[in-house]
Amino acid sequence: MRHLHRYLAAGTASMVAVLTVLCCSPGLTVASAAGAQAPATSAFNQGEVRAAEDPAVVAHGKALYGINCQACHGSDLRGGDMGGPNLLRSQVALTDKHGELIVPIIQGARAAQGMPNLGLNDEDAGAVAAYVRSVISTIGGQGAPPGQKKVLDIVVGDATRGQTYFAAHCASCHSATGDLKGIATTFHDPVQLQSRWITGGAGSAQASTATKPTVDVTVAPGERVSGELVRIDDFLVTLRRSDGTERSFARKGTVPAVVVHDPMQAHREMLSHYTDGDIHDVTAYLVTLK
Amino acid sequence: MKLTCALSIASLAVCSALSLAQGGGVKPQELLKPLGNEWPTYNGDYTGKRYSSLAQVNRQTVKNLSLAWMSQLTPGMETPAPTINGRPPRAASPQVPFHVGGEGPGNINIRAGSIKGSVLAVDGTLYVTMPDNAWALDARDGHQLWHYYWKTKGGTHIGNRGFGMWNGYLFMETPDDYLVSLDAKTGKERWHKMIANVDEGYFSTPAPIIIGNHVLVGVGNDIDSPGFLQSFDPETGDLQWKFYTVPMQKGDPGADTWASLDAARHGGAQTWITGAYDPETNLYIFGTGNPTPAYTTGKRGDLDNLFTCTLIALDVDTGKMKWYFQTSPHDMHDYDSAQTPVLFDGMFKGKMRKMVATAARNGYYFTLDRVTGEHLVTSKYGTDTNWAKGLTPAGGPKRDPEKDATIAGSLSSPTSGGTTNWQPPAFSPVTGLFYTYEVNGFSLLYLTDPDPRGSMGLGGKEEVEVGSTGSFLTAIDYRTGAARWRHRFFNNRAIGGGGLLATAGGLLFSGDGAGNLVAFDAADGKPLWNTRIGSVSNAPQTFEMDGHQYVICASGDKMWAFILH
Repeated sequence: MRHLHRYLAAGTASMVAVLTVLCCSPGLTVASAAGAQAPATSAFNQGEVRAAEDPAVVAHGKALYGINCQACHGSDLRGGDMGGPNLLRSQVALTDKHGELIVPIIQGARAAQGMPNLGLNDEDAGAVAAYVRSVISTIGGQGAPPGQKKVLDIVVGDATRGQTYFAAHCASCHSATGDLKGIATTFHDPVQLQSRWITGGAGSAQASTATKPTVDVTVAPGERVSGELVRIDDFLVTLRRSDGTERSFARKGTVPAVVVHDPMQAHREMLSHYTDGDIHDVTAYLVTLK
Repeated sequence: MKLTCALSIASLAVCSALSLAQGGGVKPQELLKPLGNEWPTYNGDYTGKRYSSLAQVNRQTVKNLSLAWMSQLTPGMETPAPTINGRPPRAASPQVPFHVGGEGPGNINIRAGSIKGSVLAVDGTLYVTMPDNAWALDARDGHQLWHYYWKTKGGTHIGNRGFGMWNGYLFMETPDDYLVSLDAKTGKERWHKMIANVDEGYFSTPAPIIIGNHVLVGVGNDIDSPGFLQSFDPETGDLQWKFYTVPMQKGDPGADTWASLDAARHGGAQTWITGAYDPETNLYIFGTGNPTPAYTTGKRGDLDNLFTCTLIALDVDTGKMKWYFQTSPHDMHDYDSAQTPVLFDGMFKGKMRKMVATAARNGYYFTLDRVTGEHLVTSKYGTDTNWAKGLTPAGGPKRDPEKDATIAGSLSSPTSGGTTNWQPPAFSPVTGLFYTYEVNGFSLLYLTDPDPRGSMGLGGKEEVEVGSTGSFLTAIDYRTGAARWRHRFFNNRAIGGGGLLATAGGLLFSGDGAGNLVAFDAADGKPLWNTRIGSVSNAPQTFEMDGHQYVICASGDKMWAFILH
């Protein structure tokens, strides 16, 4: 679920970190204030302040998790080969505050549903719970799993076919030895290069003026005012003339005649024509232009 | 009005003739009427048409529409008025009654916000919301009658779609998942009830809808959690029923469309847009959100994953499903089908039919029989939509797996933001046209988490938007699904505005994505009037008061009201 309008205020909210007092149920390890990590807000749940965990307890819990839990629930808690469920999306794990929900399950409360009693005492089971919570606090925005993104090789196309495609569809405006010379050096990340050649736009600083739309407004027969397009809607067009001054014209239907020249139009018109194979081939070709 | 009465006994007769002092409520049976002088529920009336019978503002008169008032609303905890040299400023404004609720620690005070929902216009009063905040405004000049502020515990603060109203009580949802009931006259809280657990990733944006003695309440969530719709008692706040939108038990309907019960129970299908209600069948019809994980099949299996991205009809008294129609079988693009369904009657292939229509985020438009759920029309209204190939036997779009996120990148349209999104559509029974936004954006969708177990939430992909072939206001013929006309907006990437309003004056109101509120001719999409008030952030609305037809809308934190001068 992603709404189109992004949350405006999250980044600017004045969010005061509260002093977090760790609660404890009898028998569970209490984090010492000195060893506690700073309270963290979880990225997937904006504004929520999660209690700090004691690093020593988390480390102990991690070791116990590796011994007792990992085979079923996976080394990353996202479910393992032996069929244990993903703990990172578990409602029990997400809502556990201090072991009150997780510890009983480790100690056999769900034996009937196939989760064995692991024989851990309150302190050890509490440490496992602290470790689980510490990983949950690293869940990313919109529920993305924790962990570094792997760098994947996206260049799968055929450079020769890409060169042929380029010659047929791109070469009327672009040249591998001209404006695109060294493009793979400018955009060394193929993901960035691929999106950039599809959107069009400046490959280097000197090309940027060529990407801005211009507009001609015919104010009277034979009298035309031209300039860089500042804004346009059904009711108004504003342009910037070569001397840097702006001028606006009211629009009513087709009067005055307004013609916009957008150098990026050709790129947009191509969007509905590419196959993914075309795209990957052209990228495979462009990455050779170092 | 009360003050006038106190002044003179002679004026008593006048007062009682106009005895509707502000702050009156909405009787549940009044919600059965078509949209007219007031705006008492999210979509104005139960049909979801957003078609007003008011016609004072029409194709001829709209040129004289101009500002009545503007009111800027600042959310958050009120602070004492600033002092100048230790004294209050000379023109200190009168104190607006301010009420604080909420279970949060009070350490989050957001002083910026945007109005992205419907305003209730009832008895000379406007009821306006932002996340954690609500106001009553005098509809005659926009001044604040009260401000309610909710101390939040967290949750995604993406928007609030407004109030529901039952007699003199208001109901709103909060981002940290409470249903809050206020007294409409005073803004004082009556009670609040927890409707979901914010720690599980739930957050709540929808406007509650009141049907009889039911307050229907939906939720949102991005991590892998089940969606549900709940019904509460408007007087006590007690839960009446809870309907899960994914199978939760072995043998539940739809369970055979998931690879495992565990996958189904984490399968999403959130309920974040208010639906429509058909009194004849007692059915509440609403759309559900995406499956989770959204961009990877993983453990959810290759089947349809019911009831994600589905239009569902429930019996309001029992919360039991009568029929369903899946608008995005096995979604892989976060194309929530949480768009407003629209109910109307009309001719279809020579017969009068009772129908429901929806233009989905995935670029497809549907007309169904709303009594039975029978499929009548599917069309691709997002012109460059490319993620599906043909239709399933049931009439839903058939997903093209090659357009799922891939490691090398797949170019897919629409973007995950959709051809349209939460913005309410409109329908005019006069033109027979269904009005919607249509954005033909393209994204490169990279799979970044190829783990065979699937990713989580909306993770596991990187989406790079690479342009758009156009953004339009589109009028669809419900009989064929074909566009009768399309008006191109000048900002080709952005959606035009916060939703649509159609009127008996032959007009269609909307933002234009370029900073204008525009009145279009509903027959052909020609722009007839505009005013430049900034980006319109909700759907324009209309009501009548003192003999004037008011047109209102919001741009960010400002409410605007227009009348004919």
